[in-house]
Amino acid sequence: MSASPRTSKDRSQTEPTVVRWLLIAIAVTFLMLFLILPLAAVFSQAFDKGFTVYLDALREADTLSSIKLTVLTAAFCVPLNLFFGVTAAWAIAKFSFPGKNLLITLIDLPFSVSPVISGLIYVLIFGLQGWIGPWLQDHDIRIVFAVPGIILATIFVTFPFVARELIPLMEAQGREEEEAALVLGASGLQTFWRVTLPNVKWGIIYGVILCNARAMGEFGAVSVVSGHIRGMTNTVPLHVEILYNEYNYTAAFAVASLLAFLALITLVIKTIAEWKVQQQLQKN
Amino acid sequence: MDIKKMTVTLATLALALSTSVTAFAATITLLNVSYDPTRELYADFNKSFAAYWKGKSGDTVTVKQSHGGSSKQARAVIDGLEADVVTLALAYDIDAIAEKGFIKQGWQKELPHNSSPYTSTIVFLVRKGNPKKIKNWDDLIKPGIAVITPNPKTSGGARWNYLAAWAYAAHQPGGNDAKAKEFVTKLLKNVPVLDSGARGSTNTFVQRGLGDVLLAWENEAFLAVNELGPDKFDIVTPPESILAEPPVTVIDKVVDRHGTRKVAAEYLKYLYTDEGQKIAAKHYYRPINTKIPTKLAKIKKLYTIDGAFGGWQKAQKTHFSDGGTFDQIYAPKK
Repeated sequence: MSASPRTSKDRSQTEPTVVRWLLIAIAVTFLMLFLILPLAAVFSQAFDKGFTVYLDALREADTLSSIKLTVLTAAFCVPLNLFFGVTAAWAIAKFSFPGKNLLITLIDLPFSVSPVISGLIYVLIFGLQGWIGPWLQDHDIRIVFAVPGIILATIFVTFPFVARELIPLMEAQGREEEEAALVLGASGLQTFWRVTLPNVKWGIIYGVILCNARAMGEFGAVSVVSGHIRGMTNTVPLHVEILYNEYNYTAAFAVASLLAFLALITLVIKTIAEWKVQQQLQKN
Repeated sequence: MDIKKMTVTLATLALALSTSVTAFAATITLLNVSYDPTRELYADFNKSFAAYWKGKSGDTVTVKQSHGGSSKQARAVIDGLEADVVTLALAYDIDAIAEKGFIKQGWQKELPHNSSPYTSTIVFLVRKGNPKKIKNWDDLIKPGIAVITPNPKTSGGARWNYLAAWAYAAHQPGGNDAKAKEFVTKLLKNVPVLDSGARGSTNTFVQRGLGDVLLAWENEAFLAVNELGPDKFDIVTPPESILAEPPVTVIDKVVDRHGTRKVAAEYLKYLYTDEGQKIAAKHYYRPINTKIPTKLAKIKKLYTIDGAFGGWQKAQKTHFSDGGTFDQIYAPKK
């Protein structure tokens, strides 16, 4: 008799088992339907006509050039945004200065702007009808409808990833360790290399991997500035669309499977990095 | 004398340099900016032209392709996509490029037949066996028929579809513009979804299985049937349709900068040779040279844009500009 009020009190704090299982079931079904199933569909379509057809699709000249272009774009964007991101995060987390909140807002800008706009701004600036387009043409410099435009648009859309990841981490770690290092006589740069950077190592990896995934997968902004020249200015996502529109479904899904692989690898590294970041925060 | 000697030396040097440059980059690259349905046609044609040009001049020419919606492509050229030639869906889009000063006015007189080396028309793609018995334009406005066509605001092909239906209705006994407007209004009521481009609509019809009939470029219809199984679709060629003349032109401003005028002009002229015409016919375009055999069905009456609508400028303004006839009669399904 005396035990029953207590159990009912416990029950009032947690949901009945049925509800809990129902919630889990809904979540899992949702995941299966909207995430796992499409992913499985990509691979099943890609290997629909066998492994050799799959490989042939990837070895095709235009496909290879789209892969090269995508890797090249990421090779420019990721290091640059790594540099920008670390610099911005360091400034924001470790120093106080006027306009700090404005800077944080600006870093988020690419997240809130539609990728189509991100592409169009470059056409409006560098296009022939744009501000400096005619001057560029006179000097034979090509930005839009060429590789530089694709890289610029990608830098724009991937700008926030590293900074966004580092700012909360650096802020949570505070300035004590840096201040201690400075008091012990380390120079500013020494402090950065020996104290700040090792502390945020996993956060950087996390940001870089997300930045890379987006750089390789960006469609909208790149589509606007690409010009869609076969074998020259088509990135992997654009090439997937072209193949699909040419009724070349197997090849389209084969190339798409590369992006899916990239996503899976990203996911694994992301999980590891996330776990390491948690560990580090707890240690502190 | 000294000066003369120097000039000779310089000239030799320049010659040596230029030959070494040609030996190094023995390829001329052209960019052909085209619209969606010509992908396969030009992939084939470019190979043939490269072989022809190699034999004629010894130079290797590589033609790069860019495809997309016709108006979008014209816009890209205006914004600086360096097309040596454009091969678009309609003269109106090339006019837009000419207006910005990239091409001389009167470009359409440069090549024979309004600068259109091949023509096409609008046909119906239906499910195998034609279960809804769609034979002519009248059948499209019957209740319960789902018609797939892209959005004429964004797609060149869709404008041809729309104008074909309009011209048909206006030229029936007792027909006039008011009757035609009523006809097209009814037709649009039967359209469940307007895709933004011709290929999008084709994918909607064949991949997603939506609709009873797809209004399509003749060559698109044949391509879809060949690629996706002749056992799934039939092509219905209506007794009357519209004459689509997709024009081609050299972009003066670009070829003069690239120094590619000669080869670009030859490239377009090659479209008019028997070889070029045969390739067009093979990809289900209607060659303008009537001696070239074609597998395409005869059409009793083909209306022209100039004859039925007074040219593209006028047709565009009346029907597709903001507040034009299309905006008045098209009400998206809620």
